Amino acid sequence: MYAQMVKSEATQEDPERLAAFQARIDAGEKIEPKDWMPAGYRKTLIRQIGQHAHSEIVGQLPEGNWITRAPTLERKAILLAKVQDEAGHGLYLYCAAETLGVTRDEMTEMLLDGRMKYSSIFNYPTLTWADMGAVGWLVDGAAIMNQVPLQRTSFGPYSRAMIRVCKEESFHQRQGYDIMMKMCAGTPEQKAMAQNALNRFWYPSLMMFGPSDKDSVHSAQSMAWKIKMNTNDELRQKFVDQTVPQAEYLGLTVPDETLKWNDEKGGYDFAEPDWDEFFEVIQGNGPCNTERLAARNKAWDDGKWVRDGLLAHAEKKAARRVAAE
Amino acid sequence: MTQVDQGQLFEFLCRMGDNTLVLGHRVSEWCGHAPVLEEDIALANTALDLIGQTQMWLGLAAEVEGKGRSADDLAMRRDVWDFRNVLLVEQPNGDFGQTMMRQFLFDAWHLEMLKALTGSSNEQVAAIAAKAVKEVMYHVERSGDTVIGLGDGTSESHKRMQKALDLLWPYVGEMFVADAVDAAMAEAGVAPDLAELRTACDARVGAVLAEATLAIPEGGFAHKGGKTGVQHSEHLGHLLTQMQWLQRAYPGATW
Repeated sequence: MYAQMVKSEATQEDPERLAAFQARIDAGEKIEPKDWMPAGYRKTLIRQIGQHAHSEIVGQLPEGNWITRAPTLERKAILLAKVQDEAGHGLYLYCAAETLGVTRDEMTEMLLDGRMKYSSIFNYPTLTWADMGAVGWLVDGAAIMNQVPLQRTSFGPYSRAMIRVCKEESFHQRQGYDIMMKMCAGTPEQKAMAQNALNRFWYPSLMMFGPSDKDSVHSAQSMAWKIKMNTNDELRQKFVDQTVPQAEYLGLTVPDETLKWNDEKGGYDFAEPDWDEFFEVIQGNGPCNTERLAARNKAWDDGKWVRDGLLAHAEKKAARRVAAE
Repeated sequence: MTQVDQGQLFEFLCRMGDNTLVLGHRVSEWCGHAPVLEEDIALANTALDLIGQTQMWLGLAAEVEGKGRSADDLAMRRDVWDFRNVLLVEQPNGDFGQTMMRQFLFDAWHLEMLKALTGSSNEQVAAIAAKAVKEVMYHVERSGDTVIGLGDGTSESHKRMQKALDLLWPYVGEMFVADAVDAAMAEAGVAPDLAELRTACDARVGAVLAEATLAIPEGGFAHKGGKTGVQHSEHLGHLLTQMQWLQRAYPGATW
């Protein structure tokens, strides 16, 4: 889940229009950019899609960290393709958000000065090659849990972006699991590396779904608008139920002593992540927050002369064309 | 046509594969740090093409060598003196302009080389070249456009591009200087006479740099020693330290 704790905006508008809008959503119609929409719907979506896009962009960094150290040419090529896909997802999502009346540059500025967030997961470091496996398996796995239902979200451009994104994400998750399989069938050191990666990424992956939202009014509004399709707890449960047997197949131990199958509910009972840690990460105190934002700021600042140069050239070229006509 | 010496063919294939490997590595260093999102995507795409080409060239090299080594063994387990890439591709990225200038100067040579190799007497070489040439046609178009855009952009971008050209120009010559390996390849029809590539290459480079309002540095000095492996720059060792680390730290593991 790449959009966490998106605050949904209350809306104060003509009740008749609101009711008609809600009726369209309830009927399963897609809302398109030129359609009327409540201001709160628009604002919430900008925040959610923007945060999702930023997550894709910042998400390049922890994996990019291993491209130059990938152990084989094939692994290097796969990882490059994956990170390239993520930049592409960022691009579709920024385009989807732009249809709501905000520019990519505005969103970028808000990411860089901290007004907009990205997923907490990307503030954790990738320390070994097994982390490339764990990120694909767990992080992309958690993201898919959220994104598959979002293919049916009410806002047309977001829904269409999610359909494309999901196709690629399932490949990402498979490649992550494939790395884990190789590591677990490998030398004792490789297996230990895999276990260590699971130990570090398990709870941060559970945090990706956000805190329990059963009491959240905002969440209820977003669900009514179909820009949030399931509760955080539902998705987290589904993720755990899917992932535990995969860990068992790998011969790895999920770092939760309380983990136990519950026949009655037909799912696992599991320990909650440390929510204090989660809120610290969200507030900027995660292990890599400073580095991640510094890297994005540096890329943006260092790239200014390039953007200016290319723009100046395009203008000169256009002027020359006009002069020639 | 004469019989090809397998040792010299191996050398030639390593030159092709090491060029793409080392440049692919350099380009991939940009991942997540480019000036705009579209450039991040394009750089990753270029790196991906180059690594894919490496798998083919070094795969064939390993086959020709016949000592049971794989493309990965060649990439990950040789030391600096066994690398056969030209000095140009191991030069550090510098700023985005320097990276794109290096890319363009290499692409211009690479395209002409691959075009010629599609007619190689060695069928496997011709097949690899036929696949790679399609990718490299796009690379040179893009790197050429970027060099033009930045050279003819603002005064700052112009200044930076001229500086990049001045820095990298002395590394261009090595790509065209033939040695015994190149002569043997040309003799056997495996690869073209390198001097013959120069005309087409110079025409493209000259046209792009003129449109970019950049001046080609005077003097014909050319650094050499990369493709023969006699004397690489200090940069290559650091690159290999990073690239080969896992394979060196955990020998015998499969990934």
